[in-house]
Amino acid sequence: MKYGYYPGCSMEKNARAYHTSTLAVAKPLGIEFVEVDDWNCCGATEYIAINKIPAYALVSRNLALAADQNSSENLVAPCSACYLNLKKVDHYLQENEELRGKVDLALEAGGLSYEPGSINVQHLLETMVVDIGFDAIKAQVKKPLYNLRVAPYYGCLVPRPASMESFDDPEHPTSMDKILEVLGATVIDYPLKAQCCGGHMTQISEETALELIRRLLKNAADCEADLIATLCPMCQLNLDAYQDAVNAQFGTNYKIPIVYFTQLMGIAFDIPAEELGFGKEIVPAKPVLEKITNEAPKPKRIREKKTGLPMPIMAEEG
Amino acid sequence: MTDTFTSRPPTLIDKIIAETPGKASNLYTCIQCGTCSGSCPSGPDMDHSPRTLFAMIDSEMEEEVLTSNTPWFCVSCYYCMVRCPQEIPITDIMYTLKRMAIEAGYFREIDKDKAPEFSETFMDLVENNGRSFEMGVVMRHHLRYHPLSAVKLATGMGLKMITKGRMDFIPTKIKNLPQLKAIIKKAKELGGAA
Repeated sequence: MKYGYYPGCSMEKNARAYHTSTLAVAKPLGIEFVEVDDWNCCGATEYIAINKIPAYALVSRNLALAADQNSSENLVAPCSACYLNLKKVDHYLQENEELRGKVDLALEAGGLSYEPGSINVQHLLETMVVDIGFDAIKAQVKKPLYNLRVAPYYGCLVPRPASMESFDDPEHPTSMDKILEVLGATVIDYPLKAQCCGGHMTQISEETALELIRRLLKNAADCEADLIATLCPMCQLNLDAYQDAVNAQFGTNYKIPIVYFTQLMGIAFDIPAEELGFGKEIVPAKPVLEKITNEAPKPKRIREKKTGLPMPIMAEEG
Repeated sequence: MTDTFTSRPPTLIDKIIAETPGKASNLYTCIQCGTCSGSCPSGPDMDHSPRTLFAMIDSEMEEEVLTSNTPWFCVSCYYCMVRCPQEIPITDIMYTLKRMAIEAGYFREIDKDKAPEFSETFMDLVENNGRSFEMGVVMRHHLRYHPLSAVKLATGMGLKMITKGRMDFIPTKIKNLPQLKAIIKKAKELGGAA
């Protein structure tokens, strides 16, 4: 299946591992990603705070290019912020005529035009879950991730794309959990899975950001996670690159590798680690990945159903 | 301009709603329940909780609202927005407040951590390259406002990012930069009210 692909600035360098692993797993799944030619930055969370119409025009140029180049009506963004901005701008352009009129004029100045609603913006996770599906992913698994304890971390913008509908639950998303399950991993019920990583707060007020990052790391450590799987370059950067700063600030000693869910898919598909961008993470994932075993973990003992009313379990029974 | 509902001259709340896309008029229906403040991850570090800020908006405390650090400490996590019983687009309102603070010239006074300048530095680089440039934005921002932390960055985390090949020394430029600049220039002419 053919998809338009909007990598976003992070994927070019900082989150290169996400980019290479996305392309590596796309192949066996039969996905062809066609990168939007000459795309520009989506403005992250910064531009809209400065100037409204230019912020919408900036994003609209990408939508116009994607529609013009006509590779597919679906445009996939693996970065949460890019996904939100593309989707939100398209949504508000459809809703607000005055805004649309101004953005039209701005695009015209660059010889472009865009019909709002003609591009369907998807996050990569959405593509995997909704279009490809768990069965097709499972069919590609050659080396299951047995005994690897993974905390699935969604962050904010994929479960909560502003006031628009998400493909998953806004507070308790489960789609990545299910992908990791079919990969054979032991998926942790991670309570803070949809909490904020702090976004750009590391640059504005580091103290605020470090506390948010600490909570996420502590929660994963408390759940005995071997690693955290993410779907966003910003989340990966904050949890990975600021882990040392968290340890220094709070006197902790967290060493939790933060990897992209596509990297884990790649390992399970038996794609060599170097083609998946491993080694780019600051907290190395390699020692943890060695925990993967060839045998599936024994299923949890299920307590026999006792008849009658639920009663506290007595010590001699336990 | 008079308000659609009351035909009185526009108040602070009217101006904020007019500047915000989506169902911003729901702000009139805020019931001060505090769900937003309870959901806010950076609430403890804000001058005013989001709920307090909305009460202040309702009370026409324009200067206090526009000099509050609250919008600048919003991390855009959208928790308040999905939980608000009145479906107020709170995050979008925070963006509007940032813009209004800049337009009113107040933002130079919100110098707690130079949040507005961070956004400006970021966008300056995007307008000139078409792409964001992490090393550029971080170094320029920190050298200007936190010289000590720039040194810390360069020797600590920044160095690790560079050795891992995760940071560029030079920005990437898009091919058709004149086109982007023409679009942005036109948009800026139109950019005031919408």
